[in-house]
Amino acid sequence: MHTETAHSHEAMLFEEREFGFWIYLMSDAIIFSLLFATYAVMRHATAGGPGAADIMELPTAAIETALLLLASVTFGMAAVALEDKRRNAILVWLGISFLLGAGFLGMEIHEFIGLIAEGASPQRSGYLSSFFVLVGTHGAHVTAGLVWIATAVAQLMRTGPTEAFAARFKRLGLFWHFLDIVWIGIFSIVYLPGVLQ
Amino acid sequence: MRSLYRVVKNLLPLNINLSRAGALTAFMAMALPLAGCTGSSDYPVIFPHGPDAITERDLLFIAVAIMLIVVIPVFVLAVWLPLRYRASREAPDYDPNWDHSHRAEVVIWLVPALIVCAIGSLVWIYTHRLDPYRSQMAEGKPVVVQAVSIDWKWLFIYPQQHLATVNELVLPTDRPVSLRLTSTDVMTSFFVPGLTSQIYAMAGMGTRLNFQPGPVETYTGRNSLFDGKGFPDQKFPVRIVTAENFKNWIDTVRKAPLQLTPHKYQMLSKSGAMPHPLHFSSADPELFARIVKGEHSAASMIVSSRSK
Amino acid sequence: MLGKLTLHVLPLYSPIAMSGAAMELLGVLFIAALITWFGKWRYIWNEWLTTVDHKRIGIMYVVLAFVMLFRGFSDAFMMRMQQATALNGHGYLPPEHFNQVFSAHGTIMIIFMAMPFLTGIINFVVPQQIGARDVSFPFLNSVSFWLTAAGAALVLTSLVIGRFTTAGWTAYPPFSELPTSPGSGTDYWIWAVLVSGVGSTLTGVNFVVTIIKRRAPGMSLMQMPLFTWAAFITAILMVFAFPGVTVAAALLGFDRFLGMHFFTADAGGNAMNYINLFWLWGHPEVYIVILPSFGIFSELVATFSSKRLFGYVSLVYATMVIGILSFTVWLHHFFTMGSSADVNSFFGIATMVIAVPTGVKIYDWLLTMYRGRIRLTSHMHWTLGFMVAFVIGGMTGVLLAIPPVDYVMHNTLFLVAHFHNMLIPGSLFGLLAGYQYWFPKAFGFRLDEWWGKTSFWFWFVGFYVAFMPLYVLGFMGMPRRMDYYQNPAWQPWLIVAAIGAVLIAIGILCLAIQLVVSIRRREELADLTGDPWDARTLEWMNASPAPLYNFAVVPEIHDREELAWRKERGISHDAPAHYTPIEMPCNTSTGVLIGGAAFVLGFAVIWNIWWLAILAFAGVIAATIVKGSVPEEEYTITPDQIAALESRGSGPLLGFLSPLEDERGDHSTHGLLNSIGD
Repeated sequence: MHTETAHSHEAMLFEEREFGFWIYLMSDAIIFSLLFATYAVMRHATAGGPGAADIMELPTAAIETALLLLASVTFGMAAVALEDKRRNAILVWLGISFLLGAGFLGMEIHEFIGLIAEGASPQRSGYLSSFFVLVGTHGAHVTAGLVWIATAVAQLMRTGPTEAFAARFKRLGLFWHFLDIVWIGIFSIVYLPGVLQ
Repeated sequence: MRSLYRVVKNLLPLNINLSRAGALTAFMAMALPLAGCTGSSDYPVIFPHGPDAITERDLLFIAVAIMLIVVIPVFVLAVWLPLRYRASREAPDYDPNWDHSHRAEVVIWLVPALIVCAIGSLVWIYTHRLDPYRSQMAEGKPVVVQAVSIDWKWLFIYPQQHLATVNELVLPTDRPVSLRLTSTDVMTSFFVPGLTSQIYAMAGMGTRLNFQPGPVETYTGRNSLFDGKGFPDQKFPVRIVTAENFKNWIDTVRKAPLQLTPHKYQMLSKSGAMPHPLHFSSADPELFARIVKGEHSAASMIVSSRSK
Repeated sequence: MLGKLTLHVLPLYSPIAMSGAAMELLGVLFIAALITWFGKWRYIWNEWLTTVDHKRIGIMYVVLAFVMLFRGFSDAFMMRMQQATALNGHGYLPPEHFNQVFSAHGTIMIIFMAMPFLTGIINFVVPQQIGARDVSFPFLNSVSFWLTAAGAALVLTSLVIGRFTTAGWTAYPPFSELPTSPGSGTDYWIWAVLVSGVGSTLTGVNFVVTIIKRRAPGMSLMQMPLFTWAAFITAILMVFAFPGVTVAAALLGFDRFLGMHFFTADAGGNAMNYINLFWLWGHPEVYIVILPSFGIFSELVATFSSKRLFGYVSLVYATMVIGILSFTVWLHHFFTMGSSADVNSFFGIATMVIAVPTGVKIYDWLLTMYRGRIRLTSHMHWTLGFMVAFVIGGMTGVLLAIPPVDYVMHNTLFLVAHFHNMLIPGSLFGLLAGYQYWFPKAFGFRLDEWWGKTSFWFWFVGFYVAFMPLYVLGFMGMPRRMDYYQNPAWQPWLIVAAIGAVLIAIGILCLAIQLVVSIRRREELADLTGDPWDARTLEWMNASPAPLYNFAVVPEIHDREELAWRKERGISHDAPAHYTPIEMPCNTSTGVLIGGAAFVLGFAVIWNIWWLAILAFAGVIAATIVKGSVPEEEYTITPDQIAALESRGSGPLLGFLSPLEDERGDHSTHGLLNSIGD
């Protein structure tokens, strides 16, 4: 500690941030688990309105899943590119991840608008409220992820693949993959049983 | 579960002496602060008449007695230690580095743990024995009453007799009671201190409260869960009467001019307290089920009445 | 343009609410005028509002807590006066006002008094106790504080503009839904809880990381002082419990703002789900507000008994067990909802199990006193008073954990007496003792002992007089939250309780007098050594007030009670041979701006001023993005500067203008305090 160099000081800060981000994600995971629990509780609270079987479409959900998982793969490619500090490759892979994520979000919004137009709005029943809020909260997280990717791209163009960028990229990666895990939960708890019914 | 319950029950001799020991403790504890203040009827929780409420009171005092094993030493030590070891005395047995003792640790973990085991067994036994949902254990065909909490009054439907009252609950002393409860909108809690347990009434579902009414007695029941402006007025007399008086009372209500038509029910659903009891000489026995299903959509009616 | 804001939102419905609002506004204006008069705006902004120093953030938290204690106690006082006189409707408060008062009292005391108080003390003490220079995320710390302050400001605003909720501090639906709770009140509650809840979650993250990563070399987990342990478990509880209330309040907001049906009485809503979510947070929250005080008592007992803490390992495990079990007992808040006997028994027994580690703690403290040399200072008064009062609350807590007993005590004043019996001795006594204990470390002089003890006695006796009658009223079957009543037998006990409230009011007054008297006598009460209590832990190794970097040289840790260990060996104050430069984070205005924007966002949504809400939201996002994109600025303190600061020593208010400027002989802060104090 006495001979603390600037470099190790910075490395410690990055390490702390990553650890802190893990803790934050755990808190976020609890938010999602409570929303999952709420969805499970309200599963049959359709108040005579449409239920899971009426509003789920497997093809849409399958394509959404594919887009989001692919976005994680391409993000992984960006991480590989970062290992070798290939700035342009990182940019390209981040760009593709962004587009895939945006595609996911676009499909989700489209799905929501369609449901509302059919009268399956979140105001219709407790069940639909819980569906929209659970899936929508994930969607809001994806939006935040997209904004974050955009700022990461801007930072990369400004500073290049520095240590600071790499640390931030690592946290972004944690967040991005966390959203996959949540989505897999949504797919298997919300969409699959809905379709199989 | 049931067999486990029996095993625990047989292991513990406590249930035999429970009420006597409880009453004794109760007497000793209450004699001090309450003597000469007001009558025992002002303390329904301490001087209950309902069989359930009596067991609940006894449980309370037995648990206090058990816990005093840990609590009294704290009082004594928290006064004695600071006096005995105050710095100005410069006691020669000062031992600044004494910070561990296996024996002491074992005692301070074990004693509270044993006490929790003791009270925990009581919890298991009596939570089952006093379960508001338990099926009737006593003889006799239960009196069924359906209670509906409405802003800020209680509607009691007697489906077996096809009649209803507002803010008056009359029960015969010789038959068990099977109460079903719901609420038109907000959550409330049905509570008759001194008679039996309390239980929530919630919209869209029916809760249950089964109990023995005990001796002839009059109580004040109320909603104990805050539900707005008229909350303090949401109370009603509860009368436990003889079989004969119950019959007479039924006959009186049968002669009442009012009938609980859907229209009357809608009028009742508007928020407002009801200072005097109402009697309805006829009531639809299916009304309660329909209220639980939300078919009367009380929430929407309350919107219009509250916004005025 | 202004949404639902019209002149009707002013509290014209009740003259008492009007005067409360006027007092609040005058208070704000008075403080603003004072700062303007002394020309201190720049100082306040540069040195306090934009600070990222954990000590100053801690002090600001405690100041906020005292402001809210005053407001929350005023509410309590009004309630006691109301109920003392309200037989047959003779009270002075109309129901719509009384119902806001009890809702505001609970919300304020838990979320905006206890939480800032304990967070403030944790902030101030923990880094110094573990040999760190600051927390892991100083900027985030500033954001946390300003979000808490924004939530508190929303609650305070509700007295002036609009109303507060009448649905109680728990805001149970369906009553808190739009049909039965129209108007702004519940919306204020939702936004205040959400905004401050984010702040508390971030505080939790910050302290988990700080305690894991920033301990001085040699300090293993099992060598952390007990207050740090308590803070650590508290921080973990914050991280895992706060999502519960965030989700509950957010879904209630969706119901109210967007017409959804999570908890409504119709269309499939399920109010029981809210109650589960709320208490999934609410019960751990009880331990969030109590554990730090347990930590404080552990420090005080050892220090003022001049003896090593007895049963350290037991105390640590007891704290952990309490933390874990706190998540397994939430259902005991609603045994009367009709769960099966098996479920009720399980949660009842789980609740009682918590009494075991709690009892162990009490006995460990008692055994710490055994064969000690006890100095009966004001701090020890609070500690002993806590033990005597807390065991009664613990006993009534176990009673309420017996489901059949709860069936007859639930929702009565017995319950109210029980949780005040836990929280006033268990949380507040500890926090007040902590405030008096660490005050010299913050300001370089001690607080007056006589006024401290006088305050304690008024609090202690006032507590018994105010709350023992409520137990009795519970036996009489009196429900909580009654604006008026018709049973004359209740009134004598309510009058006694009101007298208790008067005694507590005098106790609070004594605290205020203590502060003023101590400021005036600060030279007499000066702490010139940095260790005024002959304490045992690391934070007392520094000067008082501690220099902004806390430790010129980060110490090596050898023992749980490091300072006592060093004093035994006579090496507590060895000056190091040389200093190395220290990097510290720069102050930033982003934290206070984010807090301000969060306040505006909440306010705008409550009143449907959508353009402003969008603007404020965009502001928060933009600030987050910008702050996240630029590296944190740091500045370097040179060895010469460190040497100068270290030679400054201890004394009243040293370094309070600015630690570095002080060396140039600028003492104008002292001028400010002199003119207030003399």
